[in-house]
Amino acid sequence: MSHLAEFTIEKHHDAEGARVGMWLFLFTELLLFGGMFLLYSVYFSKHPQEFRYASGELNQFVGAMNTIILLTSSLTMALSIAFLQKANRKMAVTFLLITMALGVFFLVNKYFEWGVKISHGLYPNSPELLRHSQGEILFYSLYFVMTGLHGLHVLIGLVIIGFMVYFISKKSNMTVNLKPTVLENLSGRRLSLSDDAGNRIWESDVIGQDVTDVKLAVKGKVSDAESLRANAIKLDNVGLYWHLVDIIWIFLFPLFYLIAM
Amino acid sequence: MEKSHQEHALMGYGTYVMVWLALLLLTGLTVTVAGVNLRDFAIAAAIFIAAFKTVLVMNYFMHLKYESALFRNMVFISIFTLAIIIGLTFIDISFR
Repeated sequence: MSHLAEFTIEKHHDAEGARVGMWLFLFTELLLFGGMFLLYSVYFSKHPQEFRYASGELNQFVGAMNTIILLTSSLTMALSIAFLQKANRKMAVTFLLITMALGVFFLVNKYFEWGVKISHGLYPNSPELLRHSQGEILFYSLYFVMTGLHGLHVLIGLVIIGFMVYFISKKSNMTVNLKPTVLENLSGRRLSLSDDAGNRIWESDVIGQDVTDVKLAVKGKVSDAESLRANAIKLDNVGLYWHLVDIIWIFLFPLFYLIAM
Repeated sequence: MEKSHQEHALMGYGTYVMVWLALLLLTGLTVTVAGVNLRDFAIAAAIFIAAFKTVLVMNYFMHLKYESALFRNMVFISIFTLAIIIGLTFIDISFR
């Protein structure tokens, strides 16, 4: 028994560290959109009348609908995370699929909304738009760039949520490469694998004196608890991203749709 | 680390639904306020309501309420930074 060197496979999970990383990324997003909100507010302060007039051309109803859709998708995302933390995979996936459906619904609305504007000849640098006043040109340019960038974030979010559905649904396998730390003591001995009950399930040849490197790769199924913990950490961070995209829309909606007089 | 995750789980499904209802109500309020002719006050009100909605989303959906002080400090520093950038820009353009 004194010849037994034990290596336990343990994957390191740092949920809080992962969330700190995600929040740091979200701050870069905040500054990205913050810069655009700054542009918006400076130009609004210079052309208040034109901004108000141009805002009246946007469809308030569609804007309000999309706000409700995104807020609801944030709820379903939060619920999915809560279900996964209670190990309820089925409900977690169901709510992720609802979240995705709402995200698609949002983008479809946006598509038709943009389509109407573009069919009226209103898109950045269009001949029709260039006939409008300076303030209106700025308003529509900001509208297309900011809602466009936001829509891109929704699209990216949908792809990432799709991956999460896959991760949570599939049985995860993993390969672990073991590197014995006590290599110098291995010569003349064998490597073996035992299961939880202590039964030896595999044994290597005796390791010779001339062996300088021992590599051992083990492939197996990740335990349910293990994959659950890993996926919960991932989903937490996907949720943070999705909620930030929601928050950005919370500001975009009144600033673009509701300033008309 | 484990502890904070358990705290998350303490937040029931009902809490999320209540927060969602509050967010919908505030959206309705924003639309209503915009309909009243209040000129510049309407913009201020819209931004104030949006900020309040953000606090709700961050505290409950993003669990900020249950995170350690580190997270709240980070959020504060980044919003403060953005506020300085916006504030200084406006000081600049208004004295041009």
